[in-house]
Amino acid sequence: MTASEYRVLPGPEGYLPPAAACMGVTLPEPGEALVEGKIVPEEDALQRIAEKLLAARNPVFFPGPLVLWAWREGVAEKAKAVLELVEAAGARVIPMPDYRPKYPMINPAVEINPNHPNLTIWHNRIDVGVFVGVHCHYANVALKIIRGGTDCYTIALCGEMGHEDAMITLRSVDTAKLRRLTEAVKALAQAGLPRAAGEHGRR
Amino acid sequence: MSEGLFRISPGFEEVMPAEYKELVADGPCGREVGVSDLGAFKELIEEHPLCAGCSAALALRLILASLPKPEDTVIVGSTGCSSLAFTQVAVHNIHSLFGNQNAVAAGLKRALRLRFPDKVKDVVVIAGDGATVDIGLDMVMQSWFRREHITTIMLDNEVYANTGGQESGMSLRGMVLHMAPLGKRFPKVALPEIAREAGCAYVAAISPAQPKRLGRVVRRAILVAREVGPTYVQIFCPCPTNFKFRPDESLQKIKQRQKEGAFQVREYVSPEAQAFLAELEGADHEE
Repeated sequence: MTASEYRVLPGPEGYLPPAAACMGVTLPEPGEALVEGKIVPEEDALQRIAEKLLAARNPVFFPGPLVLWAWREGVAEKAKAVLELVEAAGARVIPMPDYRPKYPMINPAVEINPNHPNLTIWHNRIDVGVFVGVHCHYANVALKIIRGGTDCYTIALCGEMGHEDAMITLRSVDTAKLRRLTEAVKALAQAGLPRAAGEHGRR
Repeated sequence: MSEGLFRISPGFEEVMPAEYKELVADGPCGREVGVSDLGAFKELIEEHPLCAGCSAALALRLILASLPKPEDTVIVGSTGCSSLAFTQVAVHNIHSLFGNQNAVAAGLKRALRLRFPDKVKDVVVIAGDGATVDIGLDMVMQSWFRREHITTIMLDNEVYANTGGQESGMSLRGMVLHMAPLGKRFPKVALPEIAREAGCAYVAAISPAQPKRLGRVVRRAILVAREVGPTYVQIFCPCPTNFKFRPDESLQKIKQRQKEGAFQVREYVSPEAQAFLAELEGADHEE
């Protein structure tokens, strides 16, 4: 378990927030997850993600190239599971199709870019953002920029070891784990968690 | 990006930005398109922040339209005007440290051969004259001496254009620039001839004033690099911003220089490359 006192909380934390790893936040072991810099059992994190998604005014999923492009067998199935989760959470999708900085400007209404993700978050007034299928090195950059410049609550559903710089992160996220999360969201929604009034309306 | 990889996961088509959907539906990947087909397919670059009338931007557009297999190509760039445009290019590209581009490209080519032994992966360096003939000349020459299977393309605007106008090895003797007010004291480096002597199997000097020929040259250079050895293409692209001519005069300036004999289109082909190209292009004609 981590002994770090540092909490990974929504910003804006400033122009150059420290990497959470530098502040002593360590990645979770299998069966564990990180919530705001603290290691917790994975089931607890699933519940917290469900709560955050359902309580959000404008939750948005940011699928990255690893799920947007059907680049190998199994990806289409994982993409389907992501979309089921999106629907259960009543969220929107803004894709991150690749990592080109596209200077001088991206169109923040229709895409998010790891080099200036804050533009998309500001433009769309996103209060909860979920990263899924983004290569780790770009997710790390983007999560730090978001924490530095916005008050968006970030969740990273990582296929590898997780991300310290997200407020909540699950590790080893595969299709089965995505479906577990969907079930948790559905169960919580049925239990009647009070929902915030959405800016863009629920689907 | 690879042809087989270039499919949107079912369900996400609706949220994909239009340009990606167009690239999948009408892009050049997996298709036989070239310079002559411009306007009939979705290009790999459509916006860029380079100056109006920049002939390097036009050259880049023509190069990208001429890649034989863009889905299996990696471009290595370096510091300079062209690096500003690469953020918009829909092909894998690496920005290397100033001058290191040929060392990075050589390592990358070797790594790709090990990682994908059953696939052809083209590695193409696209850099300016400063990166190629001045700061990176060591790495450029060493890659040729070692006979690395990479293509080196120089966008030759004869000046360090985006840092205020310093002279480069490719500036002409006597050329007066913002940061070279006394005029350059040495002649332009004859890099095509140096490349030929250094072991390049195919060398060409060309300009965007001849777009079809430029397309053919780039294609030849990449195909020869795959099978025979290093190749070098030098593209003359004068800079309207530094040389103070109107943006719509770029091609006219190239033609004028060609007429004066101060720029010559030329190709050097090694006997091995010649045999390879004869076989390849003969087969193309038969098809």
